[in-house]
Amino acid sequence: MPSITLNVNGKSRTVNTDPTTPLLYVLRDDLELNGPRFGCGLAQCGACTVIMNGAAVRSCSIAVSAAQGKSITTLEGLGSVEHPHVLQKAFIEEQAAQCGFCMNGIIMNAKIMLDKNPHPTELEIKQGLANVLCRCGSHVRVVRAIQRAARERA
Amino acid sequence: MTNPTISRRELLRSTGALVVSFSMLGPLARALAQTANFAEPGPEIFGPDGPQATSLDSWVAVATDGTVTIFSSKVDLGTGVLTSLSQICAEELDVPFSRVHMETGDTSMTIDQAATVGSATIFRAGPQLRQASAAARVELLKLAAAHLNAPVEKLTVTDGVVSDGTNKVSYAELVGGKHFNVKITATGVAGAMKVAPEVKPKDPKTYKVVGTSAPRVDLPPKLTGQFTYTADVRVPGMLHGRVVRPARANTKPLSVDEGSISSVAGVVKVVQEGSFVGVVAKTEWAAIQAARKLKVTWSEPESKYPTSREAVFEYLKNTKSLGDQEGANKGNVETALTQGSKTFEATYLWPFQNHAMMGPSCAVADVQGDKATVWAGSQGTFGTRKQVSDLLGIPEKSVRVIYRESSGCYGRLSPDDVPLDAALMSRAVGKPVRVQWMRDDEHGWEPKGPAQYMTVRAAVDASGKLTAWDFLDRSFPWTENRNSYLAAQQIGHKPTSPGNPNGTGGGGEMYNVENIRVAASPIPWLWPEPMPLRTSNLRAPGGPARTFASESTIDEIAASLGVDPVAFRLKYITDQRIIDVLNAVAKQAKWEARPSPAQLRGGTIATGRGVAAVNHGQTMVAAIAEVEVNRGTGKVAVKRVTIAQDCGLIINPDGTKNQIEGNVIQGVSRTLFEEVKFDASGIKSLDWVGYPVVRFPDIPVIDVVLVDRPELPAFGSGEPSLVPVPAAIANAFFDATGARLREIPMTPERVLNALKSGSTISRL
Repeated sequence: MPSITLNVNGKSRTVNTDPTTPLLYVLRDDLELNGPRFGCGLAQCGACTVIMNGAAVRSCSIAVSAAQGKSITTLEGLGSVEHPHVLQKAFIEEQAAQCGFCMNGIIMNAKIMLDKNPHPTELEIKQGLANVLCRCGSHVRVVRAIQRAARERA
Repeated sequence: MTNPTISRRELLRSTGALVVSFSMLGPLARALAQTANFAEPGPEIFGPDGPQATSLDSWVAVATDGTVTIFSSKVDLGTGVLTSLSQICAEELDVPFSRVHMETGDTSMTIDQAATVGSATIFRAGPQLRQASAAARVELLKLAAAHLNAPVEKLTVTDGVVSDGTNKVSYAELVGGKHFNVKITATGVAGAMKVAPEVKPKDPKTYKVVGTSAPRVDLPPKLTGQFTYTADVRVPGMLHGRVVRPARANTKPLSVDEGSISSVAGVVKVVQEGSFVGVVAKTEWAAIQAARKLKVTWSEPESKYPTSREAVFEYLKNTKSLGDQEGANKGNVETALTQGSKTFEATYLWPFQNHAMMGPSCAVADVQGDKATVWAGSQGTFGTRKQVSDLLGIPEKSVRVIYRESSGCYGRLSPDDVPLDAALMSRAVGKPVRVQWMRDDEHGWEPKGPAQYMTVRAAVDASGKLTAWDFLDRSFPWTENRNSYLAAQQIGHKPTSPGNPNGTGGGGEMYNVENIRVAASPIPWLWPEPMPLRTSNLRAPGGPARTFASESTIDEIAASLGVDPVAFRLKYITDQRIIDVLNAVAKQAKWEARPSPAQLRGGTIATGRGVAAVNHGQTMVAAIAEVEVNRGTGKVAVKRVTIAQDCGLIINPDGTKNQIEGNVIQGVSRTLFEEVKFDASGIKSLDWVGYPVVRFPDIPVIDVVLVDRPELPAFGSGEPSLVPVPAAIANAFFDATGARLREIPMTPERVLNALKSGSTISRL
């Protein structure tokens, strides 16, 4: 198996894997990062989203070889229970989740949204998340949490 | 709301490393570590016979650090119910909420309190755990009285510290790391079990923790990637499995060509047993590729089953019931119908719908000789234990099912199929195997919420009084719940029952009509043949459909009489709790009393509002929906939903609101978008494109009114508020357009047809 070096959450990590393996399985199985989640494997739901070189990317649908040399951030890289990112903190404060399975995709996409547009309107938030699915129905709280994070970042 | 602190234990649990470290510790070392302080108790603390309901130690353990562990078979399905149960126990024990931990769903560590289903956890298990906690408090006070040499009546407890006014002793000092060794009463089984009924719990008027919006304990780790879902369980030496299933049910593999995957590196084994086919590999990616590439020739399906939406409804209409369930029967409905001065009759159609979990089914199984350990997200781990034991032919006691939360499942993991797949594959390779269903496995093979064919007939007399009501719901039972799960059926286990019927309620029983009949007909779904469209309980089983039919009809009658829909309902409802939620929702939504439809105006966008109400398992809900209908495109947009709910005593107001918001959104989704498509070649809705669900831009404003009844028991909140949503939307559509929609989902095509014809009255 070829050796592939990735830059994940600010650290250099080397894995021996089939280079065609989707990035998601390397992050989860080799690096034991549980933030990115398997939801569909088809880039339809967003649960596997990571940030790669400043863009939200569906890690189920890009080969690990394509991620070499790029800077990858996962949900764990944003913050922790002890030191949450402003978005994570806002989601906790708004209790904006139920099962939480989709929340990786929502938070990672929201991060990029706020990076580009620090004060999105409610409509912009909804449109910005149109391709990220949530099945429990936490949408209303998610919108509120992103608005809170936008305020607290300012 | 402050950032809730998270315990070391919760963090440990959430790292996934815990599973590994536990597995790597020898059983003795682990037992010693745990019994030393009870902070992370394992099954060893219960002795060789496991937990017994009549032992206080089976419900409550106090650690040396004062942590209180509550053992329960009830699990959190992502609804936050463990937070609420913790509140109930903290309240009764007088310990801080943050110091209560729930050990749940482990078949070796808990008493079977029934599966986590039917919005019944707070209602049924809440009192059981409250009584167990109250019994523990009684025992702790007894110990404290002896320790402090003071009478029990003089003792007070604050944050787990007992005081006689002068001296103090903590729970940890009294029993930390030790067994209570106290017997309690426990009679009956599962949900009906009465635990320590002899103990008097606290007066609800004195509650300090119950009734507060305690922040959920699971959210901080979930929102930071530090939570361990089923899919995150990693066991040393674990391999990866994938199932290979046919496009159609009831087929057998005629040949399996192992040569077809010779190019995939890392394949360990192709597992074939009966009609079950799966692949095990060293990595997930190898397993995925092998499952995709494996060439299997399947036989032609043996069974004949309806292969279109229309054929299913014809079949429901024309097939004899297994035996009706009556919700109401009084007076003489037929006579009253013939004597009515105005009669109403309509058919309502509800399609097969998916639970559509965000995370497809996943489980890890480790079968070693005649013992099996399974990590699963099952709603009922004891049910899964029985299934695995039957599958492997080993005693139930030799199987341990350990619960790890899955994604929200809404009833889908009531029959949890994937642990059986993992068990078969693990047995075949002698190693732990993690099986992850792919998206098409899940959408294709999950048991669906059954289709429903509902007929309503009603009559009013010359004075405009509703005199006759006849409601019939024809639906399929849940083929998968009482039967062998999928892999067991594939290796030849036969279904032994047609399955539980698809629920009752929501058929208009709450209306006081002189002549009324409400019934549900379970229609056999090709039993005992294996099912082409497998069925099971989908959140609020059958309720949203029945309420859609009954509340649309009530609305139609009110409109025909020129009466305001809220006022019309209030004339026939006698239950004060339903009257109260109807009034509350009307007030909150600033309901303008007038008949429907609204004054129709020209223009592309028509707006309207509609109401619906229900008694769902003693939780009362009333909903008002406001919609916009685009006459050009046929698109229905739900702009606002106001909900009033009375679920008795409220344990956690914000948690209840969170559930209600989720129910409203899922209700909008199921009303506007969701239908399982299929034809003779199999199921066509195999992903999120083929099975659209609600998205962020479709989300309405949601306004929730909670009606608290601290004098009543705490009834369920996980399902009820979904039930009236489709009807409220349908009635708002009528208000906006003057046309009736009697079929779900409300697709643009159906909307445009309804606008043309005035109604999509089914001709079936």
